[in-house]
Amino acid sequence: MNIVVLVKQVPDTWAEKKLDPSDSTVDRASVDAVMNEMDEYAVEEALKIKEAHGGEVTVLTMGPNRAVEMLRKALSMGVDKAVHLVDDALEGSCAIQSSYALAQAIGTLSYDLVLLSAESSDARMGVMPALLAERLGVPQLSDARKVDVDGSKVVIERMTDYGHDKVEASTPLVLGVVEKINEPRYPSFKGIMAAKKKPLTTLTAADAGIDTGRVGLATATSSVESFTAAPPRAAGQVVKDEGDGGVKLADFFAAQKLI
Amino acid sequence: MPAERMLPTAESQDLLALARDIADNELAPIAAEHDAEERFPREVFRTLGRAGLLGLPYPEQYGGGAQPYEVYLQVLEELASRWASVAVGVSVHALACYPLATFGSEQQRERVLPDLLGGELLGAYALSEPQAGSDPAAMVTKATRTDVGYVLSGTKAWITHGGHADFYTTFARTSADRSRGISCFLVDAGMPGLSFAAPERKMGLTGSPTAMGHYDDVDVSTDRLLGAEGQGLHIALSALDNGRLGIAACAVGLAQGALDESVAYAKQRQTFGRAIIDHQGLGFLLADMAAAVESARATTLEAARRRDRGLPYGRQASIAKLVATDAAMKVTTDAVQVFGGYGYTRDYPVERCMRDAKVMQIFEGTNQIQRLVISRHLARS
Ligand SMILES: Cc1cc2nc3c(=O)[nH]c(=O)nc-3n(C[C@H](O)[C@H](O)[C@H](O)COP(=O)(O)OP(=O)(O)OC[C@H]3O[C@@H](n4cnc5c(N)ncnc54)[C@H](O)[C@@H]3O)c2cc1C
Repeated sequence: MNIVVLVKQVPDTWAEKKLDPSDSTVDRASVDAVMNEMDEYAVEEALKIKEAHGGEVTVLTMGPNRAVEMLRKALSMGVDKAVHLVDDALEGSCAIQSSYALAQAIGTLSYDLVLLSAESSDARMGVMPALLAERLGVPQLSDARKVDVDGSKVVIERMTDYGHDKVEASTPLVLGVVEKINEPRYPSFKGIMAAKKKPLTTLTAADAGIDTGRVGLATATSSVESFTAAPPRAAGQVVKDEGDGGVKLADFFAAQKLI
Repeated sequence: MPAERMLPTAESQDLLALARDIADNELAPIAAEHDAEERFPREVFRTLGRAGLLGLPYPEQYGGGAQPYEVYLQVLEELASRWASVAVGVSVHALACYPLATFGSEQQRERVLPDLLGGELLGAYALSEPQAGSDPAAMVTKATRTDVGYVLSGTKAWITHGGHADFYTTFARTSADRSRGISCFLVDAGMPGLSFAAPERKMGLTGSPTAMGHYDDVDVSTDRLLGAEGQGLHIALSALDNGRLGIAACAVGLAQGALDESVAYAKQRQTFGRAIIDHQGLGFLLADMAAAVESARATTLEAARRRDRGLPYGRQASIAKLVATDAAMKVTTDAVQVFGGYGYTRDYPVERCMRDAKVMQIFEGTNQIQRLVISRHLARS
């Protein structure tokens, strides 16, 4: 089972994030760049499937030069090879454009599974699995919290508000996972050493056959018109327990429609 | 402001990033609770083993990481800055592996070392006895020769990981000769006759169990003797030169952690209408803390680089241990001062740092013994 895992470098999830006022894109220079946290779960799941069923795991990212650090981390976790799609023409691409570019890059690789996380912590659109499945013309299994592979059949538990659905499809397919699925491993020092010898390929837009007129900020299908900083959090409400604290708390939760 | 490091290679940068990641995500969140409950985080050591952090300074050929001390010690620092008990545990594990790695026969190394360095096993170092701490040659635990090996009988004291470790590098007497009558053995946890007392009830470092071990006629085969019979004290002292560098690094990391907490607190705590870091009296206290941390680090890494280059480093290791642990005691005490009344409570981490610092001036040779070692080097030079 050959697996392509999509990963993305994002501003540190726990850092305060800002938009750049000049072009309304995420200000990536001012904060540490890390692998999108949920992508670590996608990498882990790919490694688990490989350990159980064999095959090869490739990570693919589209992003600036510094995304190499993140690819090195994925390689040190045990991924076999990395592909870096990097081209100035891609900067500022919207989700729809990105899905086109990524599909083109995936087209240069052989795969049974395209594995990715449900969303990235910067843009939080949550649409990439569906867009990619459409572009690649393969089935989509999304929001998986459990995956079973049996030959070319893949069965997942799809997380829903009411519990889960059991869904299955045959490879090749796109598989979107949520963070409930596993506990990502740390790289090992041996993995760090081995990563240095693993192939890391760079693709330009031209290498992937991407029509540069269809990507980039200028022709993006969506754009940020304006933005406002989130208002500071209002002070919390203190419930004083005068023997009726439980009732008051329940009333509060009910008013917030939490119970 | 976390430590700014100069690392020799790209892989050592990735290694330090891994250590920091594990320290932040696996150590920091559970340290206070384990400390309060005096609980040993055995699972954390399995995580460290899987990540390859338990064998860093040993050859790759035996499952180690082949890292210079300069790098290994900075990994210890990162762990110690979040939780000293764990960093000390890693250092003690490396100490316990040293006699086998350095004095074991090729056969012994090939058979046992990969499991100790590359896996999830945990080691302990049983040298001290109730009446023999600073003066290990006063030990009385006996190893009596039999047809097939030795029988160990006696009591070892203060064993870090006692009752939790998988193997115990144990020193015992094979003859009455004070310094040439001690030998070194590799003892497995499961061997019949080996048992442990309840852990000591300590002031600090409570995430690291310390217990007395009873050797009640423990049979060990000849192939578990490390080095030659009678070479034990020499092995122990040589191991301690390494161990002292490890403890110095733990002290630097502990002090760095306390400094980081203090600076963050001093920037946001206000008195008299301004942040306390902007009161010169307190700003200078922080400056002295930073100076102590950085000079301790410089001294420790300088000794490490000597070792990495194959130069004698015993005197420098003792100086590093003395300077770094005294610095840690001072810096952590001042950290409590920076936090004021809050620093004295268990709601903030600096009181734990202060309690953890004290023992570093005591174990692996008290700081009086370090002075003794240093002055003997001076007298000989
Ligand atoms: C938490 C903890 C963990 C430990 N872990 C281990 C372990 O894993 N393995 C192990 O083998 N041991 C371990 N030890 C033991 C430790 O190394 C000894 O406690 C230490 O060497 C001091 O020995 P002692 O306690 O017998 O003190 P003593 O030797 O009795 O010393 C008492 C005091 O006298 C001073 N003193 C002694 N001799 C001289 C001298 N010649 N000149 C000047 N002053 C002197 C000492 O500095 C000290 O202040 C541990 C101890 C602790 C507290």
